[in-house]
Amino acid sequence: MSDSFDVIIIGSGPAGYVCAIRAAQLGLKTACVESRATLGGTCLNIGCIPSKALLQSSEEFEKTKHALKDHGVLIDGVKLDLARMQARKQAVVTANTKGVEFLFRKNKVTWLKGTGRITGPGSVDVDGTTYATKNIVIATGSDSVPLPGVTVDEKRIVTSTGALELDKVPAHLVVVGGGIIGLELGSVWRRLGAEVTVVEFLDRIVPGVDTEIASAFQRILRKQGVKFHLGTKVTSATPDDAGVSLTMEPVKGGAADTMRADIVLVSIGRRPYTDGLGLEAAGVVLDDRKRVKTDAHYATNVPGIYAIGDVIAGPMLAHKGEDEGVAVAEILAGQAGHVNYDAIPNVVYTWPEVASVGKTEEELKAGNIAYTVGKFPFTANGRARAMGDTEGFVKILADKSTDRLLGAHVLGPDAGTLIAELTTAIEFGASAEDVARICHAHPTLSEAVKEAALAAEGRALHI
Amino acid sequence: MATEIVVPALGESVTTATVARWIKQQGETVAADEPLVELETDKVTVEVNAPSTGVLSSIGVPEGSEVEVGAVLGLVDGAGAPAALTQAPEPRPAANPPAGVNPPPRPLGPVSRPAAAEPAHAPLHAPQHAPLPAAAKMITDNKVSARDIGTGTGKDGRITKGDVLAFLSRPTPAPAPVPAAKAPRQDEPREQRVKMTRLRRTIALRLKEAQNNAAMLTTFNEVDMTAVMALRTQYRDAFEKKHHGVRLGFMSVFVRACCVALKEFPAVNAEIDGDDVVYKNFVHMGIAVGGPSGLVVPVVRDADQLGFAGIEAAIADFGKRARDGALKLEELTGGTFSITNGGIYGSLMSTPILNPPQSAILGMHKIQERPMVIAGKIEIRPMMYLAVSYDHRIVDGKEAVSFLVRVKEGVEDPRRLLLDL
Repeated sequence: MSDSFDVIIIGSGPAGYVCAIRAAQLGLKTACVESRATLGGTCLNIGCIPSKALLQSSEEFEKTKHALKDHGVLIDGVKLDLARMQARKQAVVTANTKGVEFLFRKNKVTWLKGTGRITGPGSVDVDGTTYATKNIVIATGSDSVPLPGVTVDEKRIVTSTGALELDKVPAHLVVVGGGIIGLELGSVWRRLGAEVTVVEFLDRIVPGVDTEIASAFQRILRKQGVKFHLGTKVTSATPDDAGVSLTMEPVKGGAADTMRADIVLVSIGRRPYTDGLGLEAAGVVLDDRKRVKTDAHYATNVPGIYAIGDVIAGPMLAHKGEDEGVAVAEILAGQAGHVNYDAIPNVVYTWPEVASVGKTEEELKAGNIAYTVGKFPFTANGRARAMGDTEGFVKILADKSTDRLLGAHVLGPDAGTLIAELTTAIEFGASAEDVARICHAHPTLSEAVKEAALAAEGRALHI
Repeated sequence: MATEIVVPALGESVTTATVARWIKQQGETVAADEPLVELETDKVTVEVNAPSTGVLSSIGVPEGSEVEVGAVLGLVDGAGAPAALTQAPEPRPAANPPAGVNPPPRPLGPVSRPAAAEPAHAPLHAPQHAPLPAAAKMITDNKVSARDIGTGTGKDGRITKGDVLAFLSRPTPAPAPVPAAKAPRQDEPREQRVKMTRLRRTIALRLKEAQNNAAMLTTFNEVDMTAVMALRTQYRDAFEKKHHGVRLGFMSVFVRACCVALKEFPAVNAEIDGDDVVYKNFVHMGIAVGGPSGLVVPVVRDADQLGFAGIEAAIADFGKRARDGALKLEELTGGTFSITNGGIYGSLMSTPILNPPQSAILGMHKIQERPMVIAGKIEIRPMMYLAVSYDHRIVDGKEAVSFLVRVKEGVEDPRRLLLDL
């Protein structure tokens, strides 16, 4: 007879491994199933972590090559060693995945190596061995959405996975899809010397981001050299000896066009991954978008089976999955687990970064909510000037009558770090004035946040 | 080891209580289950007993303060040594204290304890957390108190700027209906000012609510009590003997007569819920009883299933315990119809007010000998006026009048009750 557990989590991405650690902390006998050779899921292996490693390295390269001379630092003959850059990325990934392994050992989480399949409530099969468990948490994550008419070979036509592994800087990279993943990886290869063209179906980039922020962001990217074809759909991509031939046409209708690329990155979105999980046999219901359907406590329709992370509704973000992992572990341990979906930050790790939390201006308009706007540009921030990073601005949206913070959007240097303060403020139900009345160190970028909060009351000091 | 004295569950829809009186004083020795403190709720007075034997080491909530269900009232220290009285909330130590050291006492006072299911809100008069910065400034600027604002809408009940703005923009309490009452008037030398008890305040609120919501009107009739009185005279002793001292009164006859009539006119036993009418296939009969601090209406459950003796016994028990203030909360809720008897105080005629969400109430009155014309001749008969107040929104006049006639018929000829007529 194989082991039996209090909870088996299927998938060791951020949602799954965090859930496993929290469950073990709470005294549950916990196992986590992972088919990959390393723990950490998409995020650690082929997502957030390797892309951030390459974003950092490519940023250093570009700075050294172009920006340092403005600081009076002159370096001749700056060269790229892509193999070394990729090796460093791999080292970062390995350190992180080994870190999760260590955390599993430390917390006595059993790693069941293999592919998990639910064979019934309370029963999980891992490569032929059946384990009994009181509860099952599905945390199988997502994979990229394929584009009709385009076959991914991960060599010339790649998803984010292949785009992180290129051994040569492409002369021309065409990114299909102007979302977060496409723009981040497009930025990496542009900085390393590629010509980058983004083809987006919608007439805007980064859907879901505040429109004013998104258009300012697009202007900055264009200035950096990224080309955009908005309102355009790619109808085919055919690899040949010399590269890839793309055909595309305007969404509104009109003449088709062709384009040559060395590499095509398909990044039009991600979809829940539940293949071979045995959900149908177990009777677990999916919603209309093939996501596992759960109630507010992450329970599926089958008692004892829960789901978290990308595989359920909500933004596909590692930290959203992590918080759900903690919440469901606490629920299983008899506590009150909860995630506040109104206070989940969202960051694009380009440079400048784009970060937001809460409502966009469009959402407030659509909801007929009266609001005030406070904006402050980084050009008026002393630290940003000293850094030579003055692009972008902070935008704060507050309720017109109560001044409660409803949304915050930052386009600028280190926006992903600056958004943390505003996330805390929203979580605590703070007003814009609260943020303005909190002392902010000088000279820091965070003063721009304070000034934007002051601006919401029309009393910014430094502009 | 100190044990917490916790505000117990107080029954349906009751979440707060006022600390009426500490029966034991700090430092007194108490036995387990000995009453320590009296809480007054909207409906009854509840005694909280000692959770264990020991010394009442600290009293966290003074008399007169409002507390929530689950709040800690004080501590009973089993070791006998009075623990330090701590009223200001202190962070609880994260680590276990070393062996041999008493753990510091839990913060006391009218604070709610973290509930397992969902975060409890702090009670109205004791914000647990400091207001957010802008709110704090606005509170000071406007010389208001965080206590008056109460629980905020920020995380864990923190007061936000929006809460202060909402508080400040509140219309000053209703100047229109009672302009005089608003200004704090000076008491004349021969006047005495007494704070309304919670029970009195609740009665005031509920009665006004009934008048505001229902389309209330009253229909009258009169009943000849000759037959019931004869019945009682004839069987009083036998009844009392058979039913172990339960006395045969008039109430059981009226309750039985109402039950029969309610079956015939179900709207009188129904209630309005939003756009729906909820019919009850049972009768929970509320019987208004005078208590020391006001009127209470205990409920005889499934009165339609009880015999005369069962009804009389239940009412006698309620009356006694109402005088002692010993009625339980669950005994005061869930009635579907009520009877009030103003006759015991001598009332000849009255228009009772509904007991929401019920739709009708029967008023009994004083039995008075009056000349009646019986078969063409004047006779002296013991007569009682009957009144039924009803909610015209769901009870038609015809139903109400017929209901009352049916009650009258049942009382005038109790044999009908035997036959369910």
